[in-house]
Amino acid sequence: MKVNDLIHAGSFKVVNEGDNSQREISVPYCCDLLSIAMGKMPEDSAWVTVMGNINTLAVAALADASCIILAENSKLDEAALNKAREQGITVLETELPIFDAALMVYKQLNA
Amino acid sequence: MSDTITMTYEVPADDFTRAGEASSNVKSKLKKMGVDPDIIRKVSIAMYEGEINMVIHACGGTIDVIISPEEIEMILKDQGPGIENIELAMQAGYSTAPDNIRTLGFGAGMGLPNMKKYSDEMNIESVLGVGTTVTMKVKMFE
Ligand SMILES: Nc1ncnc2c1ncn2[C@@H]1O[C@H](COP(=O)(O)OP(=O)(O)OP(=O)(O)O)[C@@H](O)[C@H]1O
Ligand SMILES: [Mg+2]
Repeated sequence: MKVNDLIHAGSFKVVNEGDNSQREISVPYCCDLLSIAMGKMPEDSAWVTVMGNINTLAVAALADASCIILAENSKLDEAALNKAREQGITVLETELPIFDAALMVYKQLNA
Repeated sequence: MSDTITMTYEVPADDFTRAGEASSNVKSKLKKMGVDPDIIRKVSIAMYEGEINMVIHACGGTIDVIISPEEIEMILKDQGPGIENIELAMQAGYSTAPDNIRTLGFGAGMGLPNMKKYSDEMNIESVLGVGTTVTMKVKMFE
């Protein structure tokens, strides 16, 4: 499944559509602690987190996440939103808890 | 010598809006140079952790990145408070990050272990009250 497919599946609200929509999603990955995510996140993960600050964007870009999914209704702050636009990173959001959001991705990956 | 490239970055203190910029810049440079994606990933992760540590724990500093056909060397130098016990600081889970930094998602105490894991060589020199210099190397080939 490509990032584009996840965007258009409609399960998540699109905060920023990045320039990487043809990228394949490998797996959903959940973690809120940045240096654990940095060290452990598989490449091309759909990263589910509640952290919406600029550091989330930096970690996603450097650790090669395919997209960020903000769970529990968390929002990007303004600096983070600018960074997402500037770096072309896809960011989605949802009211779902982290596990349910990741499960949703998992189901779509394995549909 | 001629096929060695050196880049120098100033890392600002306490400025999270710019934190990670040096690492992102190196990442895109390496991409343009056609460096192996696995090598780029190692450099990106190791350098970001070092860069962010300079922002959080020191008062910024400078990073030199030296790219040669054999390896990528990163030298991160700060004039921060220094690290009292390097062995302790290297332990997974050890962190002195204050609460306001933890709410941003830092403080797992995994930065230095990540730097060790994703670099092929790492050395820390630190003097209390003077500063810290971290040197990391990532080899271009196994
Ligand atoms: N450049 C530095 N100057 C002074 N102290 C440092 C520096 N880098 C690391 N330290 C010390 O080493 C500790 C461990 O660093 P490490 O990067 O592993 O964890 P952290 O930064 O606290 O949390 P995170 O998991 O978010 O990286 C820090 O909490 C700090 O006390
Ligand atoms: Mg750290």
